[in-house]
Amino acid sequence: MLSLYGSELSSRLLLGTARYPSPSALEEAVRAAGTQIVTVSLRRETAGGRSGGGFFEMIRALGVHVLPNTAGCHSVSEAVLTAKMAREVFATDWIKLEVIGHHDTLQPDVFALVEAARVLCGEGFRVFPYTTDDLVVAERLLEAGCEVLMPWCAPIGSAAGPLNPAALRAFRAHFPDVPLIVDAGIGRPSHAAAVMELGFDAVLLNTAVAGAAEPAVMAHAFALAIEAGRKAFHAGMLEPRDMAVPSTPVIGKAVFQ
Amino acid sequence: MKLIVNGEERDVAASTLEELLALLDYQGEWLATAVNGELVHRQDRARHALGDRDRIEILSPRQGG
Repeated sequence: MLSLYGSELSSRLLLGTARYPSPSALEEAVRAAGTQIVTVSLRRETAGGRSGGGFFEMIRALGVHVLPNTAGCHSVSEAVLTAKMAREVFATDWIKLEVIGHHDTLQPDVFALVEAARVLCGEGFRVFPYTTDDLVVAERLLEAGCEVLMPWCAPIGSAAGPLNPAALRAFRAHFPDVPLIVDAGIGRPSHAAAVMELGFDAVLLNTAVAGAAEPAVMAHAFALAIEAGRKAFHAGMLEPRDMAVPSTPVIGKAVFQ
Repeated sequence: MKLIVNGEERDVAASTLEELLALLDYQGEWLATAVNGELVHRQDRARHALGDRDRIEILSPRQGG
């Protein structure tokens, strides 16, 4: 079981709720993946409450944990205020903390991230920080009070897959007891399996499912890949070798001439 | 009184945040409000007095990654 801030979860796939072709496609994907945590956001209400209300009711009906984000925030004060507003709306202390530092790569501003995490942890939030694969930043986030780390494996929405597996491997080795979730950059089920094989505890993704021709089928494919990667990590994998090693025994081979 | 509501200037005769929401026909338990960069809890809206040029943000749940 995956344990995040005291919640025991059987699913290791966290799913974003954006960019689906329709609300029903989102609902089907969540069910097909068996997801127990979905991410959501807050935006300006323009229709007197009606545009947010329908989505709010739909998410509530899914019966899963809700992880609000601070997407689009570029400063500590913006992120902290958004988190507080999200806690008011969704009645949860969980917050996916994003503080964006770069427009093109959507790379987190790790300095502001650590400061925002410190403020929010101090106010009782359970912070899920979207961060880079930098170990020192991760240390600072833990010192700030985070009990989960969510490094990217590639820029958000890039579908590039793990660009720096060595850094992710180092994360696992350095933080053996901290729940680690790859957040952002996953494009294919094989990417998800790859990071799970490195020992990550879960994967958070959105676009790879929402943008698929058949989101529900892709969601299920990701769930299978994540489970496969997890089992492989625990089963103990072979290290790659440069030379061939025959799998069929050599002893007892017939000699015909 | 001039107020900045979700980035748009509005001329509204509302003395409190709760009155403003009613006048602009905002309703729903899923709304979150902030005035001048500070959260105003839903239970505090009725006693939160508004001043000229206050910046009000009214947010609601939306899809997110």
